Amino acid sequence: MESQRCKGMRDLLPDDMRRFRHIEDTFRNCCVKWGYREVRTPSLEYLHLFTATGTLTPSRLGRAYSFLDWNGWSGERVVLRPDGTIPIARLYIENLSQQQNARLFYVTDIFAFEQTGKENRERWQCGVEFLGGAGPMADVELILLARELLHNLGIGEVELRLSHAGLAKALVKELGLSPRGEAEMLGRILDGDWQTWRKVKSNNLELDRFLASVVNFKGKLGGFLKKVELPASQASAELKSNISDFTDIVRLLDDLKCDYLIDIAAIHGFEYYTGVCLQLFYRGEKIGGGGRYDELLSLMGSKNMPACGFAIYVEPVIKMLSLREDERSESGVLVKAGERTPGVMEACFGLAQSLRNTGHIVELDLTGGRASDYRWVVSVSGEGSFVIIDRKTGEKREVSSLTQVVGMLGGVD
Amino acid sequence: MANQSNYIKLALPKGRLLPATANLLADGDLGFKGYTERTRQYRLQSRNLPYLAAKIFREKDIPIQVAIGNYDLGICGLDWIEELLLRYKASAVAKISALNYGGGYVYAAVSYKSGISNLDEFLARQRNWRIVSEYPNLAEAFALSVRMRRFRIFPVWGDAEVYPPEDAEIAILGARNRRELERKGLLPLMKLLPTKAMIIANQKNLNSKDLGKVLNCFASKLDDKEFSLSFEELGRKEGSIESLPRPELKKVRLALPDGHQLPPTAQLLKRVGLNLSHYSVEALDYHPSVDLDWLDIKVIRPQDMPLQVANGNFDLAITGRDWLLDHVYRFPSSPVVELLDLDFGKVKVVAATSQEMPVSTIEEVKQLLQRGKLSTLRVASEYVNISDKYLCDHHVSPYKLIPTWGTSEAFLPEDADLLIDNTQTGETMAEHNLEIIDTLCESTACLIGNKESIVSPDRKEEIDFLIQMMRGGLA
Repeated sequence: MESQRCKGMRDLLPDDMRRFRHIEDTFRNCCVKWGYREVRTPSLEYLHLFTATGTLTPSRLGRAYSFLDWNGWSGERVVLRPDGTIPIARLYIENLSQQQNARLFYVTDIFAFEQTGKENRERWQCGVEFLGGAGPMADVELILLARELLHNLGIGEVELRLSHAGLAKALVKELGLSPRGEAEMLGRILDGDWQTWRKVKSNNLELDRFLASVVNFKGKLGGFLKKVELPASQASAELKSNISDFTDIVRLLDDLKCDYLIDIAAIHGFEYYTGVCLQLFYRGEKIGGGGRYDELLSLMGSKNMPACGFAIYVEPVIKMLSLREDERSESGVLVKAGERTPGVMEACFGLAQSLRNTGHIVELDLTGGRASDYRWVVSVSGEGSFVIIDRKTGEKREVSSLTQVVGMLGGVD
Repeated sequence: MANQSNYIKLALPKGRLLPATANLLADGDLGFKGYTERTRQYRLQSRNLPYLAAKIFREKDIPIQVAIGNYDLGICGLDWIEELLLRYKASAVAKISALNYGGGYVYAAVSYKSGISNLDEFLARQRNWRIVSEYPNLAEAFALSVRMRRFRIFPVWGDAEVYPPEDAEIAILGARNRRELERKGLLPLMKLLPTKAMIIANQKNLNSKDLGKVLNCFASKLDDKEFSLSFEELGRKEGSIESLPRPELKKVRLALPDGHQLPPTAQLLKRVGLNLSHYSVEALDYHPSVDLDWLDIKVIRPQDMPLQVANGNFDLAITGRDWLLDHVYRFPSSPVVELLDLDFGKVKVVAATSQEMPVSTIEEVKQLLQRGKLSTLRVASEYVNISDKYLCDHHVSPYKLIPTWGTSEAFLPEDADLLIDNTQTGETMAEHNLEIIDTLCESTACLIGNKESIVSPDRKEEIDFLIQMMRGGLA
């Protein structure tokens, strides 16, 4: 049968949802412990929130699901949320701006068209935003929170790649392009096209060499500092201050024994980043990312406000989690009615309720033929007798009262 | 008749590309008789190639028809191809080659009266723009690429040049060259893409059919250059242009129709004593002057009026009730209301099928779907929203709506199963072997208004005066 599901959309089946909920619960527990509070934004937002320079690049906007709402006669378009951070910034400006800062987290789906229809067009992410979080301590807080979350999910050996959007922008400025040329180049870089960089040359050979070596650098702080110190005398104040900001963050990570890889070219996707950018990889697959976006709130009409955030991508992480035994096979009960007489049916409902009250998951087998993935199977027959099978031990017992069944199975904490 | 799988179908353009395309076909010895500007035929058969048939469409329908595979090959302007591909990137349209005619460009242009001389000035002027265009997808791509923050796009059926500066800050429109725009009082700020004629093919059929034998006939006219979307900034860089005074908006703004509804509207206005200069088919000024100093009049397409009244560009307009309904079905909370039935231009909006189809009611059409005789009902209509509502109300499923821009009757029976269109007498329908199976509504010309602006204290009196005046002219 031909699939009736929309292209690029995905069903999450019970096993997927068990993994999804595990990610969500772990994420939520972590965030709450670090003092973050959960919020949720609507699926529809106005397109204009995302169009200002410094928010999303034209190529990302070109993939947004934008349309006219039922009251769209004014021509104002709406979009299915194409990004997680911008709606949170809007939520803060509209509802929480009297607060000096807000540590917020969310679990949300974001929508972006993907041409082949083979990849997901709706993707879920667990995101954290620290509005008002300034300085290296806030950046490092997010990095540590992300690492703790992945550790708690049992995903080890996560690779943390660090770049710096302010530094990348300052490097582009050194080329002396026109404002439009600069914006176009940044757009391409954010779309992952660093080839653009190679085609443009400044008039200064030494500067070109310096820029190329910084862009191509991959390594630790020591090596990075050697790369950037040489022509520091020639560098602009903007370049210097971004290098110093980046150095402070990375130094703190060194002090905290947090592993990382500096990779300036690893900056991708979001025009609103202004400072450190982080990307998280597990065995070559990207599982999360984020960064500092100090200008976004003022671009959206609010006061100046430092902020940073990250998100973990649910779909790749789901694939990495193995399913643990669930509560069903630990302490669940399947109650089978031996016959459909009023007395037996009543006894089945009564037994099921008593067991649920003691914390068990209980399913009634209405067809009588259901294979069990529960720990216990209790068959109820006409004469008020109960046969209990413990599928873990293979033991079979027959008892004559409901109280005895409850007593045998015990409670669940 | 040739084997169906080897049969090649070609979609040919009406309008600006027709004469040059007809020459091209004649030179290539494809021999289509009747492909002329005056033709009333839609279907053509090649005299030399028995496996080649063609149908005539409006240019903007052609990329869609080729993309969905109804036609193997098509000839149309690059503008309409890009308009489709910008929104529907995965469309199965392959651009084969440009042809050496159909010159011109799609421009982004402002009114000379706006006092703007280049794009930077335009972008610095404000933060909320109204863009008018027959190409809404190109318009959106333009707005995003120049990083407009907040913009509203008014899609129109035509006459985009009439809107700036009062009713839109910028128009995205096609023109042969700069001079043509300048004659219309517009200054181009950006060239978006050439409107050159192109040959396109359905991607799937290009791989599975032998289209080469037809394409070879065009070989001498192919243009090797690659043409695509590339925004080029225009305008005047040095200094502002002579700043004309920005026209002051008059108190009350009225939109009048062009096309079929023009003559009866002109008669009505004459009867009630509203004297307009140059509002006639022979001498049409899109901005006719009137002897009431508080009244401003523009001539636009009746299809575009409800949206223009809803967004407040016009207080009043004369259009058909069919277009009002189509608008209200799409935007139920729209502030547009009917104020007066003008009782002319009477048409019925009907559903029709080909006489070859064994049905006489919409219920029987549904039965064909239920019995699997039709997999999907293909519905061609200019009235997208009326059609959607009709099909949903009748629980027709599944259906696909093919939006058309006129001459929808030509779509049946090959390219659509059901037509929803207007008809005066039913004669045209019968001429095309169509049978009317249902009447959706009756429509006459009416005066529509924006319910907020007609009660606005600063113009209520004038608006009431106009309504009373027109009421007086009704028999």
